Amino acid sequence: MRNPLSKKVVEIKPSGIRKFFDIVSEMKDAISLGVGEPDFDTPWHIREEGIYSLEKGKTFYTSNAGLKELKEEITKYLKRRCQLEYDPAQVLVTVGGSEAIDVGLRAMLDPGDEVLIPEPCYVSYLPCVTLADGVPVTIELKAENEFRLTKQELLDAITDKTKVLIMPFPNNPTGGIMERRDLEDIAEVIIEKDLFVISDEIYSELTYGQDHVSIASLPGMKERTIVINGFSKSYAMTGWRLGYACGPKEIIDQMVKIHQFAIMCAPTTSQYAAVEALRNGDDDVAAMREAYDQRRRYLVTRLNEIGMPCFEPKGAFYVFPCIKDFGMTSDEFATTLLKEQKVAVVPGTAFGDCGEGFLRISYAYSIENLKIALDRIEVFVKGLKK
Amino acid sequence: MKEKLLRAIDKNSKLSPADLSRMFGVTEEEIVTMIKELEDEKVICGYPTLINWEKVEQDERVTAIIEVKVTPQRGQGFDRIAERIYKFDEVADVYLISGNYDLVVILEGKSMREIANFVSDKLSPLEAVLSTSTNFVLKKYKEHGLPLVGEVKQDERMLVTP
Ligand SMILES: Cc1ncc(COP(=O)(O)O)c(C=O)c1O
Repeated sequence: MRNPLSKKVVEIKPSGIRKFFDIVSEMKDAISLGVGEPDFDTPWHIREEGIYSLEKGKTFYTSNAGLKELKEEITKYLKRRCQLEYDPAQVLVTVGGSEAIDVGLRAMLDPGDEVLIPEPCYVSYLPCVTLADGVPVTIELKAENEFRLTKQELLDAITDKTKVLIMPFPNNPTGGIMERRDLEDIAEVIIEKDLFVISDEIYSELTYGQDHVSIASLPGMKERTIVINGFSKSYAMTGWRLGYACGPKEIIDQMVKIHQFAIMCAPTTSQYAAVEALRNGDDDVAAMREAYDQRRRYLVTRLNEIGMPCFEPKGAFYVFPCIKDFGMTSDEFATTLLKEQKVAVVPGTAFGDCGEGFLRISYAYSIENLKIALDRIEVFVKGLKK
Repeated sequence: MKEKLLRAIDKNSKLSPADLSRMFGVTEEEIVTMIKELEDEKVICGYPTLINWEKVEQDERVTAIIEVKVTPQRGQGFDRIAERIYKFDEVADVYLISGNYDLVVILEGKSMREIANFVSDKLSPLEAVLSTSTNFVLKKYKEHGLPLVGEVKQDERMLVTP
């Protein structure tokens, strides 16, 4: 029999998270600080709207790009929260931010086009670029810059094949953000070198002490940027599988084409629930943000007390402490911590080679859980220091 | 900050000053002082525990919600009569309300008889009380923002996700 598989697919490395997941699953009564999704339930009024749409029999496909009301609410929301002005025709409602990343890359890349990916970062960018026949080129972000992308790092990575830069901020796994002046530096290069940006702003509502700035809101950038956002993190709606992309109409139109053939339309029930989220969910978002912020400060303070230094992350719900002083790789540290104290954290290397020496600790957990886990981590670290 | 602190301990009064100091990025002493001030100002009025008494077998207790119509008193409005009512130990809560009645009195008693006696012997005879309507609670679903029924919520997320 012939090999039924595509070489391109077979050669894609399985995700490092997956490997760790398998080890953790074997473990009875482990406490996990390893998830990348909110611990909150979707606010009831949003769930209730989904249920109501089912009761009313709203069980059909929507138009390919998404419900008209939802696209309108998305444009209002982006104006209200990110100073971005889009027409509903520039919005594509997708199956999570995940689909938007995939479809965006497929719409923009020809074979051999290079895509710049700052690392450490979310696990899907690299394989999605490969699947779209692009060439992923990673940029190692530095702890001393609080994992921001600098102008020089960007310039150093650009070749005449470079077409797209992925901007993953607020960042999973580092919790790093890009402030306006950082973005201005990047925008300058993007415009000068005639590049495009796919800006994954899925954590835009989770920034602490300052509002998120979208790179698309800077002069000259809207026509070069696909903004990706969604409901998973901000409204605690991961299982609903709903996100969206906004951008120049000519790109969005091609994304709609792929989406139309691959997916047809995003889940209808989720779209109705999302309309409610955008209309009446601002207070829920604010309350969850405040809860995350308290946990964030709790975690950063305790980690520094314990002797696991970490910079203050200003976004998402992750802390990225450095463990270089313990003479172990991230993988060894995480595995030993799991074995000895039954606490699961994710090795930084799951998010790129330059995550070596770091761990991703999620604070999408109640203070009570964080406390128990941190007590155990403290015991573990004390043991190492002896 | 004060409001945020209050919201945090409103949800969970077990948080220690050490935890709170880390959560809010201030010193433990500052938290202790702030809480003391809030107690002195009667902003924080106590630290009760939310108990589902229905699950405590030896404890037979009955709750009644009593709507009360009263005549307000000259110069003192409803406060004087409300005070005469809320001072009884059996009375758990008293609210002044808009609508068909003036006060809502929530009573906790050992039996329906005890509550009936309270209404007929203590509450109704008060001069200002015009009429009462007693509603016995059959089942409690939620109190203080927390559900009393249903299963304990499990974390259903996968243990490690990207
Ligand atoms: C940075 C980042 N982008 C995108 C996603 C995908 O989210 P979803 O597909 O649920 O919208 C995630 C999820 O973990 C993420 O962390």
